Amino acid sequence: MSFNIDNIRAQFPILSREINGKPLAYLDNAASAQKPQAVIDAITGQMSTSFANVHRGLHTMANETTEAYEGARAKVASFLGAPKPENIVFTKGASEALNLAAYGLAGEIEAGDEIIITQMEHHSNIVPWHFLRERYGAVIKFIPVTEQGELDLAAYKSMLGPKTKIVSIVHMSNVLGTVNPVKEMGEWAHAAGAIFIVDGTQAAVHMPVNVVDIDADLYCMTGHKLYGPTGIGALYGKTDILERMQPFQGGGEMIEDVFEDRVTYNDPPHKFEAGTPPILQAIGLGAAIDWYTGFDPAEVHQHEMAVYYHALDGLRAINSFRLIGDAQEKGSVLAFNLKGAHAHDVAQILDKYGIAVRAGQHCTQPLMTKLGIHSTARASFGIYNTLDEADRLIEGVKKATTFLS
Amino acid sequence: MSYPQDIQDMIDDFAFLSDWEERYMHVIDLGKALPPLSEAEKNEATKVKGCVSQVWLVSDKTGGDDPVLTFRGDSDAHIVKGLVAVALQIFSNRKASKIHELDATEILKELDLQEHLSPQRSNGLKAMIGRIKAEAAAA
Repeated sequence: MSFNIDNIRAQFPILSREINGKPLAYLDNAASAQKPQAVIDAITGQMSTSFANVHRGLHTMANETTEAYEGARAKVASFLGAPKPENIVFTKGASEALNLAAYGLAGEIEAGDEIIITQMEHHSNIVPWHFLRERYGAVIKFIPVTEQGELDLAAYKSMLGPKTKIVSIVHMSNVLGTVNPVKEMGEWAHAAGAIFIVDGTQAAVHMPVNVVDIDADLYCMTGHKLYGPTGIGALYGKTDILERMQPFQGGGEMIEDVFEDRVTYNDPPHKFEAGTPPILQAIGLGAAIDWYTGFDPAEVHQHEMAVYYHALDGLRAINSFRLIGDAQEKGSVLAFNLKGAHAHDVAQILDKYGIAVRAGQHCTQPLMTKLGIHSTARASFGIYNTLDEADRLIEGVKKATTFLS
Repeated sequence: MSYPQDIQDMIDDFAFLSDWEERYMHVIDLGKALPPLSEAEKNEATKVKGCVSQVWLVSDKTGGDDPVLTFRGDSDAHIVKGLVAVALQIFSNRKASKIHELDATEILKELDLQEHLSPQRSNGLKAMIGRIKAEAAAA
């Protein structure tokens, strides 16, 4: 599919909505993206034509639904460059994927073992490691973030050592937009004998990802930011790592045999998918991947960054504007503050002009503390955003400054 | 329903404002005119829970059976601080029985600010008014 912005927008019914009498400018894609008709149709179509519970069914629709569900797993595998579908565990989102990673590896953690993360992590890649600190005495180390919003790689190098068991790094920051050099960081982690985990929640939506090239042991992604439904995400894992991990939740499907005195487990990925899985959501995610991979990822990236830089150029002309996160390598996330104004004020006023942005701490309190700020406003651009919307953002922020100065 | 004169004055002031932009400007101006709380007064006890922005509310009471409650408040966000000012204008310096009787929803409708009262809104105006009402009930 060639990249035609009008054509793309026409595929998103919600984008024709008005907010407060103004056309919607949806610039909150880092929180969640809107859904194209193809995804909506895939979910309603499945429910309308063929639906049953998956696996072990002996009737036609059970087999059809299983094929669609497992087909979605294959699509995720191909999307992430995973060797085979069995490397993909479906989760309810990236947070659950990270929790599963932490829980699954907990058995290997002893008091004093070190887990390295960064100051720019989302709480989802901090709190599960705090669980291991609280329960098993793990020590968490944070790679510092520089003023520009990049990781201090020299500090990272000096942190690695024989006690390092896990390194878990965000691929692309949800606040700073920084794209971290995960491949290089993974090499160092592996050289230290650590398991290397990457949180690809934002990255998987904005750049081509290849987990084999990155050499990640585990890689997390979510569906709803990739124009798919909520309630579905994935944990990619190398086969040997998934086999090492202890199961997360018990229930149907994840077992091989259950006795009164013992239980044996199914092979990965099913070992980690207890109970009826989010079947329709997985199928919706598969449709989202089909839809999204119809475009050239380089073109999508170029388009999003063109909108980002257009917005940034205009905003920089505003005296009170301060960009949060100015890394060399970054994606289309634009976090900012206006001097003397609270980010919530900015977001509330922009909403009145039909412009949806997020404001707050973005689930990154350690980052806010490090940067010495309480919160930020954040515009994040997706495939359907336009230069015109960037102009409206600039005008809206200018208006907000007149309110708030 | 007839309101105390100072509330009626506020309603009359808002009636002059023709659109949301003027209303927001006015709300923000009311907030700016509010004397700030001292840093010591902004503590865990005075912090109103349920607000995304930070809001603090300090109260004093004088008198016997039906005491007069005085509130002072602050926020780190302009619009919310303006809403604090509106809430104080409605409730502060009144007898507990009057605070109990005043219907904030009605008054905010008159000001065309009712959108801020929805529980789904995270600005905390509802939490703030809940706190004021609870203090009056306990007085």
